[in-house]
Amino acid sequence: MSGRDGQPSSPPPDDSELSQRLRHLDRRLGDERRSERTANAKLSVQAPRQGYALAMRLGADFVAGVVVGAAIGWGVDRLLGTSPWGLIVFLLLGFAAGILSVMRSAGVVKPGPAGPDDVAGR
Amino acid sequence: MAYDPIHQFRIENIVPIEVGGHDFSFTNSSLFMVLTVVASTAFLVLSTQRRALIPGRWQSAAEMTYEYIAQTLRDSAGNDGMRFFPLVFSLFMFVLVANLWGMFPYFFTATAQIIITAALAGIVILTVVIFGFWKHGFHFLRLFVPSGVPKAILPFIVAIEVLSFLSRPISLSIRLFANMLAGHITLKVFAGFVVALGSAGFLGILGAVLPLLATVALTALEFLVAALQAYVFAILTSLYLNDALHPGH
Repeated sequence: MSGRDGQPSSPPPDDSELSQRLRHLDRRLGDERRSERTANAKLSVQAPRQGYALAMRLGADFVAGVVVGAAIGWGVDRLLGTSPWGLIVFLLLGFAAGILSVMRSAGVVKPGPAGPDDVAGR
Repeated sequence: MAYDPIHQFRIENIVPIEVGGHDFSFTNSSLFMVLTVVASTAFLVLSTQRRALIPGRWQSAAEMTYEYIAQTLRDSAGNDGMRFFPLVFSLFMFVLVANLWGMFPYFFTATAQIIITAALAGIVILTVVIFGFWKHGFHFLRLFVPSGVPKAILPFIVAIEVLSFLSRPISLSIRLFANMLAGHITLKVFAGFVVALGSAGFLGILGAVLPLLATVALTALEFLVAALQAYVFAILTSLYLNDALHPGH
């Protein structure tokens, strides 16, 4: 019983040690799982709030693009006397910029060169 | 005058100061900004005074705000974004506390003034631009040049990217200002309905129940908006700082 399978000393203390380690491992796994579960729960609570935060961003993003375009166009017209072409061109560009910002905030377009602009949406 | 919903945003001089023909008066707006700074400083200093291993109620509130903003900043700007933590956290606390001061009846909402939100957005964008150029030099301009775009339309794309960048401080300031302004006006208008209907006899008092309920609900919504706008301001700040730290990946 003792010397046969390379276990010179008595198996009972070895066994108890093994079961102790098993119990310990079980406990640690349980802890891990529990913390994972709470993390998941926290995430699902956070998701709608982040959606609301995202919704708050979109309108202002679009308006700001158009406003900036109009302001720059108006300034260019005043400085260079190109009225009304500066306003027309920059208003259109501002419109495009506004749409781009909105689509970036919504995560429809990939962040592009400006970095990950849509982290908040995830 | 009692129902004028705009009256609450009027700036009034408390201590008139004039330096060299310019008006530097201490106004009700200045007063509430000072109160904001005092309240947020007092909250953080007093609540972390004991530094207990097991935090009390106040200390854990302070630790939660710290950890929430730190996590937001790490998520959006990476670990090296933490060097901007003082800026982001100060902005968050300032906007949050100024919004909350505005929730008291008869108090002034500093963040409903566009000049104040524009100044806050200006701080953010100037930090991004100055730090971006200091850290990356002209490499920072790669922010505006996407890779893999055909040469023919590149000028348009660059113009749109530049405009989109320039619109950021505008949208940052408009969002906060418009949310606070619109919320407080709505609240005032609905509360005005209660008074107007209530003075119109018995049926009027019955009818006044509806706007009263709406006012209660809107007050709760305003508290949500106050906290949410501060959070949105902080998260957008950290996203823009991310551009300064890592332009053109």
